[in-house]
Amino acid sequence: MSDLLAARSQMGVSLAFHIIFAVAGIAMPVMMVVAEHRWQVTGHAIYLDLAKRWSKGTAILFAVGAVSGTVLSFELGLLWPEFMRFAGPIIGMPFSLEGFAFFTEAIFLGIYLYGWDRIPPRAHLAAGGIVALSGAASGVFVVIANAWMNAPTGFELVQGQAVNVDPLAAMANPAALPQALHMTLAAYAATGFAVAGIHALLLLKDPANAFHRRALAVALIVGAPAAVLQPISGDLSARHLARHQPVKLAAAEALFQTQAGAPLTLGGWPDVDRRETRFAIDIPAGLSLLAFHDPGAVVKGLDAAPRDEWPNVPAVHLAFQLMVALGSYLALIALWAGWRAWRGADLAHDRWLLRAIVLAAPMGFIAVEAGWMVTELGRQPWVIYGVLKTADSVTPMPGLIVPFLTFTLLYCFLGAIVVWLLYRQILRSPEIPEWRGFYMPGGGSRERGDAA
Amino acid sequence: MSLADLLAVVIFATLNAYAVLAGADFGGGVWALLAGGPRKQRQGELIAHAIGPVWEANHVWLILAIVLLFTGFPAAFARLGIVLHIPLSLVLIGIVLRGSAFTFWRYGGDTDAEQRHWGVTFAVASLITPVLLGVTVGAIASGAVSGPRAPGPAFFTGYVAPWLTPFALSVGVFALVAFAFLAAVYLTLEAEDRELQEDFRRRALGAGVALFGAALLVLALSGVGAGAPRVRAGLIFAPWAAPLHLLAGVAAVVALAALWRRRYGAARIAAACQVSLILWGWGLSQYPYILPPDLTVAGAAAPAVTLRLVLGALALGAVVLLPSLYYLFRVFKSRTPVAPPTMPPARPR
Repeated sequence: MSDLLAARSQMGVSLAFHIIFAVAGIAMPVMMVVAEHRWQVTGHAIYLDLAKRWSKGTAILFAVGAVSGTVLSFELGLLWPEFMRFAGPIIGMPFSLEGFAFFTEAIFLGIYLYGWDRIPPRAHLAAGGIVALSGAASGVFVVIANAWMNAPTGFELVQGQAVNVDPLAAMANPAALPQALHMTLAAYAATGFAVAGIHALLLLKDPANAFHRRALAVALIVGAPAAVLQPISGDLSARHLARHQPVKLAAAEALFQTQAGAPLTLGGWPDVDRRETRFAIDIPAGLSLLAFHDPGAVVKGLDAAPRDEWPNVPAVHLAFQLMVALGSYLALIALWAGWRAWRGADLAHDRWLLRAIVLAAPMGFIAVEAGWMVTELGRQPWVIYGVLKTADSVTPMPGLIVPFLTFTLLYCFLGAIVVWLLYRQILRSPEIPEWRGFYMPGGGSRERGDAA
Repeated sequence: MSLADLLAVVIFATLNAYAVLAGADFGGGVWALLAGGPRKQRQGELIAHAIGPVWEANHVWLILAIVLLFTGFPAAFARLGIVLHIPLSLVLIGIVLRGSAFTFWRYGGDTDAEQRHWGVTFAVASLITPVLLGVTVGAIASGAVSGPRAPGPAFFTGYVAPWLTPFALSVGVFALVAFAFLAAVYLTLEAEDRELQEDFRRRALGAGVALFGAALLVLALSGVGAGAPRVRAGLIFAPWAAPLHLLAGVAAVVALAALWRRRYGAARIAAACQVSLILWGWGLSQYPYILPPDLTVAGAAAPAVTLRLVLGALALGAVVLLPSLYYLFRVFKSRTPVAPPTMPPARPR
């Protein structure tokens, strides 16, 4: 394994690990605040228990997210010093703002977790709200920095040096809005469906359990709208790519030749040597339609870039297909659940819907990882698109396979423990007899309203 | 004062906050490891109770310092990442293990054996991380983080020798003792009952005396071999050196005297001042260099437009941050009567 590959692998593992906790850290506080708000309004102890369990989950996930995020901020320099030397003055700004947002999040999470008995209920709820807002803000700032790597603006390149630096123009890069929107929605959809799926599984075993019924409802309130909106944001991203990062789009769609009326390629295996995609289903003019909203539009293929500037086409194409497929599934399930709830059905007794939601539980997170692979692998061989190659920014330090393996082992170990703790702390059914069977089938309208 | 100097001062102040706040959280872990005697269990609970609400906020000072460093002084950040790759990676592993083990300690473990396991991991990580942080500071102060490195050969001279020196290691020991001292002093104020207070008073007095020893060791080793000539010269001959030493000395004596007379509030302020003054002594002694012997604050600085924007963002951020921090510490660190500690938190069964 070359040092460059080891460095890329370490960065990839660190990001893939951290993103799970970052995503959960953005959405879990929303669920915990919704539950606490329901408790303050209805006075029902189930909501308090939910809020407390979710806040424990948030505490565990946030702590691991905070330390793995620290690792990433150092790794930028430990692995990619030349990238940071170049990019620091240009995109340090969103990182600094993220520092403040993250600081606010940490402060108010401390207040929320430990302040149940120390501050008035309204202040406590407000603290939770600030955690949710600042969590989303820190995610947005980090994604803006990443967006700049894909669509660098705010400087001029003169003999390899950045001059006329404008950090605000760098923040306003064209990829910032599509990426930030897509990532934020993904966080709510992935986390909402993961939690909903777990409670759906428990409801399949125990449909009368009032605790899981309410948990499912709150999780869907957070996850379902985001899942429905995500394809629209995906369309925005695709149109951005077509204009600003054509090579990434071409790799994602396995489009080898630049052409008018480009087809949409579903599935298949891109054969890079023969420059064709085998076993795929082509929808004529589909890609032109999606990328430019015009069936006759010219879409740039991989042939628009020299061969040595292509990313790993099969990996990007497969990751992209996976993301789109999983995201579409989540959107359909969200629509189904919304339609059923709107019709006044009791979701907890709709066994086919519950099964579909159980199946959706891991999908959001897999889609997040796949989408991140599209963004990062699709930009290669560049670390800053068209400006700086990844290979030119890696540290000269030899033996990088050692830290790669060390951090990989560390993260495997931590991941296993977190799963075990979450299972034990928040997923076990509460054993409070009166909450079992609290719900009577065909019961009052309040129950039905709760399930919406 | 130039913009670059101003930002350097802010970054240093951030590190100062990290040292006196998060440093004490690390020190708490050290005392958890050394907990003993008839009140062993209660010592551990007090430490967990003191650290719990604040350690994550305290930890963010380091992240803030890092992002400000790579935004404002990218050349320094790049060089640190290359030359100090190994100790910084080890610091990261320590930070990861400390933070997650603490959380697992609080939220994990149905059994005592499991709880102990996480408690020990937390404590050991709290012991090792400050030493490595001190080692990186020592390496910087000694002027070993220099020049660009040729890729390929000379792994040891390029990536190990700069920080594996007696001087850097002595700074590591000093950092550990200083953090333990801070933690013990703060814990005298956290303790709700007299016996625990006495436990930590004794530990604080011991650590305070040990801190003098560690300081002498650092000073002695700064003159041995490569040492840290610039810091040594600065600390001894610079015009500001005498008043700074005097102030740090006064703070140290006041801290110990206040501990002796059980004036814990005064001891806390004096101890924090003492550690801060020592830090600023280091910073001043290597000015104008951000990474001696050759990289200056001005030479490593980002373009002025970046510095202006970051300083503006800092001013805005402080408006949000400082009241929030004040609220956090008022809620959890004021001496008003509180609900009984919940350690470990009650779990619904």
